[in-house]
Amino acid sequence: MEYLKKYPKLFQWLFLLVVFFALCFAIDVPETYKFIRGQAEFVKDPNQSVYFFLGKEVRYYAFDVFWRLPPLLGWLPIWINDSLFFLMNEWMPMEFWNEDTQEFKTRPILLQISRNLTAFMTFLIELIREILLGGLETIVAFTSWDFIDAYPWLELPGLPWTIVAAGAAILSYKLSGKGLALFAGLTMIYISIFGQWKPSMQTLSFILVAAPLSFIFGLGLGIAAYKSKRVEKALYPILLVMQTMPQYAVLVPALVLFGVGDHAAVIITMVVAVPPMILLTILGLRAIPPEVIEAGRMSGCTNWQLMLKVLIPTARRDILIGVNQVIMVCFSMAVISAFIGAKGLGFNLLLALNQLNIGLALEAGLCISLIAILLDKMSLAWANKQTDYFGNLTFFQRNKNVIFFAASFVIGIILAYVGTFIFKGSFNYLFEIPHNKGISTADFWNKGVDWIFDTFFVYIKAFNTWLIQDVLQPMRALYLRMPAVATLVLAVGAGYLIGGIRSALVVAALTLFIALSPWWDRALVTLYMATFGVVISCLIGFTVGTLCFQNKKSAAFMLGVCDIFQTFPSFVYLIPVMMLFGITDTSVLIAVIVYATIPATRYTIEGLRSVPVGLHEAATMSGVNKFQRLTKIEFPLAFPHMMLGLNQTIVFALFMVIIGAFIGTEDLGQYILKALSDKNGAGIGLTLGICVAFIGLIFDNLIRTWVEKRKKHLGIA
Amino acid sequence: MSETVIKCESVYKIFGENAKKMLEESNGNVDAKTFQEKGCIVGVNNASFEVAKGEMLVVMGLSGSGKSTLLRCISRLTDATGGKIFIEGQDLLELNNKELIELRRSKMGMVFQSFALLPHKTVVENIAFPLQIKGTKTEESINRAMEMVKLVGLDGRENYFPRELSGGQQQRVGIARSLAVEPDIWFLDEPFSALDPLIRKEMQDEFLRLQEKLQKTIMFITHDFDEALKLADRIAIMKDGIIEQLDTPANIVLNPATEYVRKFTEEVPREKVLIIEDVMDTSSNDNLGDLKVSKDEIIENVAEKILTQEKIVAVVDSGNNIVGSIKPSKIIDTVFGGRKNGS
Repeated sequence: MEYLKKYPKLFQWLFLLVVFFALCFAIDVPETYKFIRGQAEFVKDPNQSVYFFLGKEVRYYAFDVFWRLPPLLGWLPIWINDSLFFLMNEWMPMEFWNEDTQEFKTRPILLQISRNLTAFMTFLIELIREILLGGLETIVAFTSWDFIDAYPWLELPGLPWTIVAAGAAILSYKLSGKGLALFAGLTMIYISIFGQWKPSMQTLSFILVAAPLSFIFGLGLGIAAYKSKRVEKALYPILLVMQTMPQYAVLVPALVLFGVGDHAAVIITMVVAVPPMILLTILGLRAIPPEVIEAGRMSGCTNWQLMLKVLIPTARRDILIGVNQVIMVCFSMAVISAFIGAKGLGFNLLLALNQLNIGLALEAGLCISLIAILLDKMSLAWANKQTDYFGNLTFFQRNKNVIFFAASFVIGIILAYVGTFIFKGSFNYLFEIPHNKGISTADFWNKGVDWIFDTFFVYIKAFNTWLIQDVLQPMRALYLRMPAVATLVLAVGAGYLIGGIRSALVVAALTLFIALSPWWDRALVTLYMATFGVVISCLIGFTVGTLCFQNKKSAAFMLGVCDIFQTFPSFVYLIPVMMLFGITDTSVLIAVIVYATIPATRYTIEGLRSVPVGLHEAATMSGVNKFQRLTKIEFPLAFPHMMLGLNQTIVFALFMVIIGAFIGTEDLGQYILKALSDKNGAGIGLTLGICVAFIGLIFDNLIRTWVEKRKKHLGIA
Repeated sequence: MSETVIKCESVYKIFGENAKKMLEESNGNVDAKTFQEKGCIVGVNNASFEVAKGEMLVVMGLSGSGKSTLLRCISRLTDATGGKIFIEGQDLLELNNKELIELRRSKMGMVFQSFALLPHKTVVENIAFPLQIKGTKTEESINRAMEMVKLVGLDGRENYFPRELSGGQQQRVGIARSLAVEPDIWFLDEPFSALDPLIRKEMQDEFLRLQEKLQKTIMFITHDFDEALKLADRIAIMKDGIIEQLDTPANIVLNPATEYVRKFTEEVPREKVLIIEDVMDTSSNDNLGDLKVSKDEIIENVAEKILTQEKIVAVVDSGNNIVGSIKPSKIIDTVFGGRKNGS
């Protein structure tokens, strides 16, 4: 009884677990139950139950409601799909003038808007692409094909790669200094020499269109949310869901609305890239000291002047961090968008992976990683750069970067011209090195992979078999063995114990949505893979973080490593694991572990670092040794922040599990991948994405609530 | 008394959702406790006072006493919940947004505790900012800003960024910025509180020098009673949103109105605050000695001279007319005695 009074929470948790296991044991597995593989749901089967709702037919295998809830939301994906189809193809037909055929044509208004929008995006992308690579579509867009036939010299020639490389180096120098300039130059030369120039520039042009547009929309919406509570309240749930929604899943509706190709990818990239921009804009504007705003007001600013001349410049750094986020999201979307036909590095990577040509994939992946690091470092340098006074500099000092660029522009053109004489009859390597005509190391890597396989195959296979048979399969079976009711009780109970009624209700709603969707089993498999990844990631991350924290240098080094790894688009992680473990669940899980360890490590170091110096000194003066200090002072204080790391780890793990479907797993991701190639997949893809987002949000809600309470309790809120 | 520049008539500021309605229902009898029970926080409670042209009113109070809120009501950075505020006869609360901006651009300047400089602008750009907002030509505004730079003694640092300046220098920029549009009314919200004691004293002296030159109408907020005594023409002491006492420094020291005010005055060295006029005997007295002291002298400066006299000392005004007298024992009384009872 005394213990009960001392630790009431502990007993409440124990009670919850007892109820959970009691339910698990009390409810038997129905004899007819089996995990549904492949497309079984879509095949008509007399054993299935059927119901109609809103005119949609939903088929499912019925079980005891305690075991699995019936998919009462099964109509939702079909309904979304049909509604989209109706909106796009039948709603509000209007007459539009068609330039090509010179006549009026009847089209649904949304289709027309979507066509115009995509045409505009295509124009923008082509424009930038042709500046970088040359081409004639931009000229054609303003004139006609006949015109370009008559004046073929009007075709844009494209920039020699030397000029782009010099431009990147000079810009890096201006933003940061010699180090970054050198890195930028070398990266560009590497890309060019290894024959990845064209796809890289295609990807770059994609970012150059998507990032500025996302920035404008994000900034605008962020300001609107800052000014109006109502806008913020309306945006908040969308922002929340978008943060935990796998990028993969939003591609599916894009297909229906905008078709296949770069333009569709750009539009959908904006949908993904705008939310972080909004969040950071709000954050930055909120962080402005109130006195600065008052000073602006007392200077007699109108609302516009206040926003443009006081608020935005003062929040400059946060807003530019937002730009950094936007660029990184755009880049990772540019890679993933290969699934809906966006050109560039991602497309090459996808192709190489599909052909199991690991060497080629590795080359593309390396390029992607290098560009990612470069973009990240450049945009961060921009954010951290402070304005300097330049009124007292000479004309040359002020404009030296422009002058250098102009000079390198001229030199680049001369070089390209000289190149036409040197490389007569073959490719002009000083102008542009064509795709796959550069040096290729693919063969080397492929041989290397073969060698690894030949040499270590036995061991890898043994490890693989052991992991799958003795660890993964049983774990998966356990997860699937949970009756739906038990899971619900556990989730809601945890919500209640952590955050009271409010949290319990939120968690209940999110869990119910998944339970009532047709994919509860798949969600459990997703959860099992994520759990496995998260547990191991956290073990590694917390240990590595704690060890690195013992020394200032190693801590800084580890944070740098985390920074670099975090910039890689998640897709890239699949290359090395496929190289080593082939196409198995093990590969996916190892990719998940590697990817999810980043936030676990980072938050551990940051958390431990944030322990106030005063406490350190107080502890030292009380005569604690290093180990005592760690366990009695640093861990308890850093723990809330480390839990936020756990939150991030879960989101990262979920993303990777979903992308892992590309290798072939049987979770929600597999269906998303399927929906991508399905004409009627939009509704399914979107609902699946929401399901994944909700899994993330359940943990997000629980962890955040706990952390807030804990921080308040510790007085470090 | 010269013309009134700022006039407040029972100004209330109450934070909370139903503040306005609750204030109307209370008929002006606002009790902080009952309001707090209903979720409202009283910032300013029935403040009425006037500030004359060229006068410096120092509002003194501890943190949470509502002094900054009162200032923000008068500069209309927040809207007062009730009462009336007049700036040079204009009803402040009736102004629309455009008129308000016009008023701020031409008549008001404000200095902030945390300096509130724009981090992306240099010293001279910061100072020129209110002018440029107004639409003054760039060159003209920079010239004017350079004058201000000289006025506050920052020549040679005009192209520095705020991050490159010390706290005292940053506040000089803040002061220069607030004066750039040549405002008539000058608000200072704890301008020296964030500075080190030595720098603070230096800035106070500098501030007095400026005020002597400029003769602005000033509302100065501080939590430092000594600072208030040093600078003020009149002091308003606030507690829990209520003005406990509003009077000249001497009167506050000599006749504290409430127990709360008396606690502040206890430790004050009176000889440094009071002038002869405050303690002299005005009834006519024929038995005067040879020594004459001016009525405006601070006691500390003449105490030694008076104490060496055996006879009663004559007090004269600027025209050398005798206006009163003072016994040497009165000095001893003032400095050492009668503290517990007031005098």
